[in-house]
Amino acid sequence: MSLIVTRSLTKRYGARVTALADLDIEVPAGVTGLVGANGAGKSTLIKILLGLLPSTSGSARVLDLDVATQGQQIRELVGYMPEHDCLPPDVTATELVVHLARMSGLPMTAARERAADTLRHVGLFEERYRPVGGYSTGMKQRVKLAQALVHDPRLVLLDEPTNGLDPAGRDEMLGLIRRIGTVFGISVVVTSHLMGELERICDHVVVIDGGRLMRSAATASMTALTQEVLVEVTERGADLESVLVGAGVAVRRQGDVLHLVLAGDGTYDLVRDTVADLGVGLVRLQRGRLHMLDMFRDAPGGAA
Amino acid sequence: MTVPREAGAIHDIGYRRYEGPRLGVTYIARALTVHSLRGAFGLGRATRSKVMPFLLLAAMVVPAFVIALVVVLGGADELPLEYTSYAVRLGAVVTIFVAAQSPQSVSRDLRFRLVALYFARPISRATYVRSKLTAMSLALFAFLAAPLVVLYVGALLGELDVWDNTLGFLKGVVGAAMFAVVLASVGLTIAAWTPRRGIGVAAIVTVLTLLGGISAIISGIADDQGHETLAGWAGLISPTAIVDGVQVWLLNSSTSIVTGPPGEAGGPVFALVGAALVTACYLLLMRRYRAVTDS
Repeated sequence: MSLIVTRSLTKRYGARVTALADLDIEVPAGVTGLVGANGAGKSTLIKILLGLLPSTSGSARVLDLDVATQGQQIRELVGYMPEHDCLPPDVTATELVVHLARMSGLPMTAARERAADTLRHVGLFEERYRPVGGYSTGMKQRVKLAQALVHDPRLVLLDEPTNGLDPAGRDEMLGLIRRIGTVFGISVVVTSHLMGELERICDHVVVIDGGRLMRSAATASMTALTQEVLVEVTERGADLESVLVGAGVAVRRQGDVLHLVLAGDGTYDLVRDTVADLGVGLVRLQRGRLHMLDMFRDAPGGAA
Repeated sequence: MTVPREAGAIHDIGYRRYEGPRLGVTYIARALTVHSLRGAFGLGRATRSKVMPFLLLAAMVVPAFVIALVVVLGGADELPLEYTSYAVRLGAVVTIFVAAQSPQSVSRDLRFRLVALYFARPISRATYVRSKLTAMSLALFAFLAAPLVVLYVGALLGELDVWDNTLGFLKGVVGAAMFAVVLASVGLTIAAWTPRRGIGVAAIVTVLTLLGGISAIISGIADDQGHETLAGWAGLISPTAIVDGVQVWLLNSSTSIVTGPPGEAGGPVFALVGAALVTACYLLLMRRYRAVTDS
């Protein structure tokens, strides 16, 4: 069963701004990445899915509940982690998460237990008795994640959870999200404008741009589509480029580095043979991770 | 405190599902109301949050205590003021309480965008707004009724007329409830539209003081020049004077400002305007929170 299904979902603000246009998506159980550049409509979609924002037309169902009429039931079973800061600085993580657990309908005793458990699961230990104001960005993100999980939802919607984190913090957060999907058994929809980080943790990826669906596929097929190869040679880069283009490889040049769209192992062979023929040194031959924007630059019918 | 019990297994106890009850919106609304009510007196917050509300509560109760003491020791045969006029006489203290505690209740949630977490949960905007209004009204009611209790106890100990004082006290309690609802509505509405707490405090003090002042000045001048009707209607400018007017009409109390509502129609009109004011505040609050979820 699909956890989220939208049919011709459209959201317009006034006559001019279209946030979502005729969007049809299906999100299966597991960890799903929702990818789109800033302004692609991710946050609008999440608000509609939570039943907070009415759509202009079309329909959407979450956990087989209608967002237009059953928003309250949906919000009982779904957790939400916003992109922006949402923590008052003068309370401790424990106080805040206990309170928010009660706001999800948990009795006081259960709220206390679940808050303690959940904060530990996201990796907050003694710090949870200190006011949130003194936390690092990484710790704040963990508190935001904990409040989304505290009522044991069936699905969590995480809006840009890695925003503002350093590389180590980003890895930890991604690992945690993967754990939520696999070990905790809670389905996850996680948004990001970075394709690369979602590839690592998602079973399925949905790409939207300008409020439209670009792609929806299992991550395995998506990465084949999106990965590219970075090639750098000691000299005669232009010659290498023309040979590769002549052989039908899509090449984009960025400084000294050539970005090739990977078309199976043949691309590697071609690069190896061409470099050998030209007699130049190969400095780099590396699988690249496509940034969202790169992906649309060459995508047929992509973003204007 | 639970550390010793779990110390051996703190690293990985595995994820446990929650199979217990999920209580409905009624429970959530009540929990939010109680949480906000406690917050209005700084309970469950840091110590410094308790200082202001309890200082103000002391400022509110001490005069009543002094009056009670004078009555008991001095052997007066009636209280020097009506129960219904206490809130108006200590209007400045009441205003400061509304101004200090309303932003505490709503501006904080807005400024730190905590509302996003509330509205991602089962309660609706309307439930949130009603819970906040109820909590602030109850807080103000307690704040206004506490000195009345002191006065009443003083009156009984001083062996004043039991029937008169019981009736007067009950009227005072009804009046306190009306003051509480009206002032909480006005305070929260202004606070919700001024997310910075300091600005909210200043805005509420300014609005309530200014409206009260303008109303009193117009009433005073009109009264001096013999325009008693105009003097009465000028009460409609100030939320406090509106409630005072309703008290005069409904509870048959004497006015605590220049003059009460004029003529036969005055009382009902004051009551209608009071009700309209509360309704308008509610609708404005709802609009404020609609903007929050739509943006």
